[in-house]
Amino acid sequence: MARAMKKAVAKKVKPAAKAVKKANGKARAAKSPKVALLVSTRKGAWIFHGDSNRKNWSADGPHFLGQIINHLMLDPRDGKTLIAAASTGHLGPTIFRSTNMGKSWTEAKRPPAFAKAEDPSKGRTVKHTFWLTPAHANEPNVWYAGTSPQGLFRSEDGGMNWEPFGLVNDDPQYRAWMGSEQDGTPDGPKMHSITIDPRDPKHMYMGMSGGGVHESLDAGRTWSPMVKGMEVVGGFDAKNIAFHDPHCLRICPSNPDRLYQQNHCGIYRIDRPSDEWVRIGRAMPKKVGDIGFVMTVHPRDDKTVWVLPMDGQTVWPRTSPEGRPSVYGTKNGGKTWTRLDNGLPEAQAWWTVKRQAMTADSRDPVGLYFGTTSGELWMSRDEGARWTNFARHLPEIYAVEAAEVM
Amino acid sequence: MKVLIPTPLRSYTAAHEVDANGATVGEVLADLDRRYPGFRFRMVDEQDKIRRHMRLFVNGEQSFDLAQPLRASDSIQIVQALSGG
Repeated sequence: MARAMKKAVAKKVKPAAKAVKKANGKARAAKSPKVALLVSTRKGAWIFHGDSNRKNWSADGPHFLGQIINHLMLDPRDGKTLIAAASTGHLGPTIFRSTNMGKSWTEAKRPPAFAKAEDPSKGRTVKHTFWLTPAHANEPNVWYAGTSPQGLFRSEDGGMNWEPFGLVNDDPQYRAWMGSEQDGTPDGPKMHSITIDPRDPKHMYMGMSGGGVHESLDAGRTWSPMVKGMEVVGGFDAKNIAFHDPHCLRICPSNPDRLYQQNHCGIYRIDRPSDEWVRIGRAMPKKVGDIGFVMTVHPRDDKTVWVLPMDGQTVWPRTSPEGRPSVYGTKNGGKTWTRLDNGLPEAQAWWTVKRQAMTADSRDPVGLYFGTTSGELWMSRDEGARWTNFARHLPEIYAVEAAEVM
Repeated sequence: MKVLIPTPLRSYTAAHEVDANGATVGEVLADLDRRYPGFRFRMVDEQDKIRRHMRLFVNGEQSFDLAQPLRASDSIQIVQALSGG
């Protein structure tokens, strides 16, 4: 009797379990996030929506046609809020927010702006917001922004009102390291790579071009330089923080004690608590060098990163060396590098890829994406093994971010 | 008074000419910002300077002074000094 009951129950349960499993599978398939690429350009922004295989992409845009969009970011904490850093050639800079993936936009009530100086001739003016970073997962609606000229700003209401960090923006020592407007990149010195330790919202890093890498342990109130081991252009004194020019800093999501950096002078790695950067770019092929702008880290493997080298010889053209663009990847933390150019142009391709214009998604295998200043978007579905072009004729691309959207 | 609005700022006003009140240029811009939030910061920076590529005329005379007094009969033209490609 007991055996018969058990058999009957098993018979009843088995189909039900199957049905639940099938239903779960369908739900997973229906709800699995798709990759959206947020593309910022000198003349507007686009959102490229990928299908579930990342093979076909549909363009949504332009948003803000004619406006300079330096950065467009999705809030990973809610998966729907977009923040865009905008300016034009003649209007002042501002921030726009969308809570419906770009269907409509609302302008910030108080965009990033420096404090008004008693002597207006000595006051600084934000020319554009260059970098946007959502704060820690435990701090919903908090965002950080880095500007040109260099300044750090924070919003606690999802990007509608921004407050300056006076302790760094107006600190005489930091102002000296930031330099004047003539000391930075051609369209102004930039604060960038604002990076939050996923274990501690108060632990932050940021980069200043120029002015070095800096670390804060108190949520950005105070900072200290972290440039040991970093090199500067020959003939200059590496002890002078102002001469350091980090281009892009990335923390490893799988190991927040490890950071990588693409610098004006080389590729570096640091393993905290060490305070010394190691120039892992020395292992790159000599004729390619280790100059560039982007740094892209693997979402799950702290030994794997990708760079896109630029020519740093003579007058620093910062185009693809010999007109033959290639991504280089390492799977061992920078001990060795592999050329990954399958599918990329083999000659006469003089690309420049800016510091925010390469990114990775979180799929397995990881998708890699980059955009050129000549308006092309390229991607690899297999961690750089094969590249395909999926958009051309866009304006000059400033930033490409991969977002996971439902 | 009447204020002529250039095309880059018409996303705020939705009109090429609008009415505004104020006894100075600064007060008129503050009034425009109340009516059209965000308007002022896009043409005047945080140090209260008219931005590099914006120009403001009072009765056809260029003005860079936010404290310049105005009469109700004055007219203001805001234009953009477009440059580059």
